Amino acid sequence: MIFVTVGTQLPFPRLIKYMARWAQSHSERVVLQTGDGSGFNGCEAYRSLPSDQFGTFMTEARVIVSHAGIGSILAAKALNKPIVVIPRRAKLSEHRNDHQLATAAALEGRAGLRVAWELDQLPAFLDGPIEPPEMALHPQFNQLVERISTFVGA
Amino acid sequence: MVRVLAVSSGGGHWQQMRLLSHALGDVEIEYACSAHVGDLKVHRLPDCNMRTPVQLVAGVLAAWRLVRDVRPDVVISTGAAPGALALIIAKLFGHRTIWIDSIANAEQMSLSGRLTRRFSDLWMTQWEGVAEETGAIFAGSVL
Repeated sequence: MIFVTVGTQLPFPRLIKYMARWAQSHSERVVLQTGDGSGFNGCEAYRSLPSDQFGTFMTEARVIVSHAGIGSILAAKALNKPIVVIPRRAKLSEHRNDHQLATAAALEGRAGLRVAWELDQLPAFLDGPIEPPEMALHPQFNQLVERISTFVGA
Repeated sequence: MVRVLAVSSGGGHWQQMRLLSHALGDVEIEYACSAHVGDLKVHRLPDCNMRTPVQLVAGVLAAWRLVRDVRPDVVISTGAAPGALALIIAKLFGHRTIWIDSIANAEQMSLSGRLTRRFSDLWMTQWEGVAEETGAIFAGSVL
């Protein structure tokens, strides 16, 4: 199963339409979280999902396809799932600015994460296996927590 | 025990806040979020951003009430605008403050982050490049 999620803030019709079309020519189940009310024939589509159901789909999926939102990336990592991200573009009115391009560029190359800069890069990522992300929180996480703890006085 | 007020928006901001706050040691934490997170113990704030002045005023009032009621020793925010307002108000009332700019801002400090600069005792980014450019502290990141 492939779980496609665009987050809670804004719809992302470019990605949703592409994945709905992809699903029509493939037998694999595709579940869409769309962020808007539009239906997509033949696909299981939800505008938004309560967190337990979101977690269920994330867990069932073999790969997550998502906008380049940190929420999705962290959720995929927490569940040890590979993720393919597609950055939203401001010039297509997909977000207020291009920070998702910057996020994707900065995170590209991490284990378990692929960036589809253009939609036509997606099929190749969906066909091939992607390694799971590295589960362990890296030392940079501990250093950040250490700094905060020291300041707080915990 | 140190009393911490952790304020953030929903989605990635909220997840970063949970990751970081769960890793803190012996502290008492109250959470506030501007999105529904399905937990009644989390204080709810109205959503706003720096481009909607009317909602910002409502955001300021809500943040002021929150800080007054919780009486934290330290306010921590991972963004965005609602967290920035709570942090600024907390600082004006003499509480200690920590801004941790979202890891989503890999190339520049967020607008909310830039506003909190003078009001943050610890003003942090999760990217080294942003730290070099802005003078923010880089100590590490959630990813």
